[in-house]
Amino acid sequence: MSTKTDKIDRLAELTASTETATGGSLWVEAWRRLKQSKMAIIGAVVIGAFVILAVIGPWVAPYDPTAQLWRGEVFTNRNIFVGPRAENWFGLDHLARDEFSRLLVGARQTLLVGIVATLLGFTIGALVGGSAGAALTLGGKLGQRYDTVVMRVIDMMLALPSLLLAVTIAAVMGQSLTTVMVAVGVVQIPIFARLLRGAMLAQGGKDYVVAAQALGVRKRRVALGHVLPNSLSPVIVQATLSLATAIIEAAALSYLGLGNPDAAEPEWGVMLAQAQKYFDAAPMLAVYPALGIIITALGFTLLGEAMREALDPKLRS
Amino acid sequence: MPLLSVDELTITFAGRGQRDARAVDGVSFDVDQGQVVGLVGESGCGKSVTSLALMGLLPGRGVRLGGRAEFDGTDLLTLPAARMRDLRGTQLAMIFQDPLSSLNPVVPIGVQVTEILARHRGMRGEAARKEAAHLLDRVGIPDPTRRLKEYPHQLSGGMRQRALIAMAVACAPRLLIADEPTTALDVTIQAQILELLKELVDQEGTALLMITHDLGVVAGLCEQVNVLYAGKVVESAGRRALFDAPTHPYAHGLLGSIPRLDAPRGEALRPIRGSINDRIDWADGCAFAPRCDRYTMECLTGTPALTEPHTPGHQARCVNPVLPEGATSPQRTEATG
Amino acid sequence: MLRLVVRRLLQLIPTLLGLSVLLFAWLNRLPGGPAAAILGEKATPADVAAIEEALGLDQPVWVQYLRFLQRLGRLDLGTSTMTGQPVWEEFTRAFPATVELGVSAMVIAVVVGVPLGYFAARRRGGWLDVTAVSGSLLGICIPVFFLAFILKALFAVQLGWFPSFGRQTTGIDATEITGFYVLDGLLTGEFDAAWDAVTHLVLPALALASIPLAIIVRMTRASVLEVLGEDYVRTAESKGLRKSTVRGRHVLRNALLPVVTAIGLLTGGLLSGAVLTESVFAFGGIGSFIKEAIDARDYPVLVGFIMFIALAYVVINLLVDLAYGLIDPRVRVH
Repeated sequence: MSTKTDKIDRLAELTASTETATGGSLWVEAWRRLKQSKMAIIGAVVIGAFVILAVIGPWVAPYDPTAQLWRGEVFTNRNIFVGPRAENWFGLDHLARDEFSRLLVGARQTLLVGIVATLLGFTIGALVGGSAGAALTLGGKLGQRYDTVVMRVIDMMLALPSLLLAVTIAAVMGQSLTTVMVAVGVVQIPIFARLLRGAMLAQGGKDYVVAAQALGVRKRRVALGHVLPNSLSPVIVQATLSLATAIIEAAALSYLGLGNPDAAEPEWGVMLAQAQKYFDAAPMLAVYPALGIIITALGFTLLGEAMREALDPKLRS
Repeated sequence: MPLLSVDELTITFAGRGQRDARAVDGVSFDVDQGQVVGLVGESGCGKSVTSLALMGLLPGRGVRLGGRAEFDGTDLLTLPAARMRDLRGTQLAMIFQDPLSSLNPVVPIGVQVTEILARHRGMRGEAARKEAAHLLDRVGIPDPTRRLKEYPHQLSGGMRQRALIAMAVACAPRLLIADEPTTALDVTIQAQILELLKELVDQEGTALLMITHDLGVVAGLCEQVNVLYAGKVVESAGRRALFDAPTHPYAHGLLGSIPRLDAPRGEALRPIRGSINDRIDWADGCAFAPRCDRYTMECLTGTPALTEPHTPGHQARCVNPVLPEGATSPQRTEATG
Repeated sequence: MLRLVVRRLLQLIPTLLGLSVLLFAWLNRLPGGPAAAILGEKATPADVAAIEEALGLDQPVWVQYLRFLQRLGRLDLGTSTMTGQPVWEEFTRAFPATVELGVSAMVIAVVVGVPLGYFAARRRGGWLDVTAVSGSLLGICIPVFFLAFILKALFAVQLGWFPSFGRQTTGIDATEITGFYVLDGLLTGEFDAAWDAVTHLVLPALALASIPLAIIVRMTRASVLEVLGEDYVRTAESKGLRKSTVRGRHVLRNALLPVVTAIGLLTGGLLSGAVLTESVFAFGGIGSFIKEAIDARDYPVLVGFIMFIALAYVVINLLVDLAYGLIDPRVRVH
């Protein structure tokens, strides 16, 4: 438990150590390095394509993704499926719907799951971790106690393997897309909280903070005006990486049967989970959405890793 | 014949996408058997890189070496890696600047001493431990048998540096290179460590190449001093000669910038202006010219030669050297400035 | 050392208490309340009334919570609605399978990952490095259950190299002692049974190893790169030590410290992954059981298993921390 904790703290410390007293130049420098990174460019291109697909998907889809238009041609019980053909580029799914249209439209829901879950984790996690960090920086007995209580709760959440925490939440909430988003988001909360708090503590010990305090700047101003903004970079990196994990974890929840029970809107995770049942007869039905998920997750991971490298002082030339 | 003879050593780092950086630009100096030689200069002048090159510790990729560095007749720069590995620790040894980071944090001091005995002197087990304790004792570490079992973080800074010295002298090397061995230590400890080095050198007849930016260290230890600037030796002289009559304006400035207790009251320190980054290429002229109070147009006509402007054996690379009779006169520097 | 253990154990208490509150709340929120959850769906109203009285459900919530804690202490978390067996018994039956699978996956991840990361760092920018880095990035982006399906379809169904499900060929004559089939086979000298268990392990262990492998490769690589630039490696080189000494004692020993920590952290992911992998291969461990429990809405099993897994996870991390204290002298002192 505490190793996980230490790990995140150390990451926070490392990444936070990138900041110099002249905060502005850091971002300029990081941006310059990011633009030169092949990883970042590939990641950004993939993400861009995915976002465009998510936006225009429903308009360019040739068919209604929910309509079972070729009902007489697919018999799952007799392992009869329809592969790619002129009018259905990617074949038909197990309910005789156009797979290509479903993939195009599904991008939107997948992106939504990723974004909502990450935003949820990010917002609550940053609030919790930020307030704990600020409370500790402000000092005082009350601040310390607040930090202790909050971080105990966070540690508790970290003590559960993430998927099982998500399963617990999903089991309480019942099957739906919202469930998946909340469950995946909640799992991210402790990570963001620890990361931001750790980064703030690392910043708190920096000379410029001590200097600001020595100059008589109010503690609250130091905490909110200097420490917090300078601690955000590891959190932003984590948010990018989280988008990838969120999409993958959402697919896992769907596979476990806790996801969206085939509602009208297709989603890649659900599509993948459902296609597993027919894997032996129609493996491509699983491969298409899986490739979508893998490529998208890879895009976010590449960009996140490139950002981490761009912000790492040790790699700076 | 000198023990080590460095001749026109150049070290070039391949620039990634940018132009190559020449860290050392034709350095020559000698170290005789048992002699203490100083290599002095500010950070970035190429002194540490020179020592790493002599030890064969520079990375193979991205670094180009030129010139020769003959140690007892063999050129260290072209020696195969395996041969170099045999020489290191036995013939050549080195002490580094930061004793804490230079010791492996997760291996007991004892093992870090005995491993060198095992490698080069074939000693194992109890014999190796005994010898290690003896070595620690020799460098002035009290209770050596207990210290052998301890880890670097349990030792004080001075103790760590002593342990590193013990490792360096474990096989009685003929040349010891010390790269700023006292910089990371407290002033009181610095003196002790220098004293220890002096003692070891005197007793064993080991030659010592002392790399430092601290003229105090030079004054206390070195017989021969080479002043480096921007990768070139700009002045080379015996200790006395250098301190009595610093001839290159840079060396002159360095000595002038030391705070002295015996200086007349009210006399200001005279720092050298600018930084080592304000330099021109040696090929175009004197690299120090941009910071020099004495520079003339002549300074910008190619690399100045190493000459002996006033005393035989006292070399300086300057077209407008500071000559002894005016060397201590403050008016003179004002007049040219 | 003892102090560290005691302190860490004390730190566990609030965490476990908090977790129990969460699970208590969950159990109480379930349809039919805890009585139905404990008895299962087939419980008659009379049974429910009896157990509600027995459990003191008419009493204040905090009393109920204390009773819940008591039952937890006795490892009594009710019976599975699927099998009718006590949850604790189901857990102990399934546990060895998951441990066997998890350990195999971890062994694969470490044995392949550490050398790969090391050599990638040594030849930074070379083809091995590029392959290892891109492979590990890809590895964390492939959903585990999808990878499991692909492996199964390819190597079990198509090529027939490995069995496609279970832990043991049905009908094989194998004596069970510990519940770890490979170990049992070796202990009893039934080497065919041990081999059979190994072949059943290969594919699920490979699938499960994918993420820890990817992380260990990247961690080892980053760590080795960092250590290679450390002053003490330069010191070791300056002493003229053999390459093997420098690499083993000075580079690897330091570089592996963060990797050891990571192994503790990865067990969490391993348990998550086991749920997915086991269900694909019908492996019959905790993971398969949880998946079935989710499908059957078998809440006592879910609550109980999650509690036990959290405990196991916390204990594993404690052990890893202690191991870390043994290999890093700097931790030992503080």
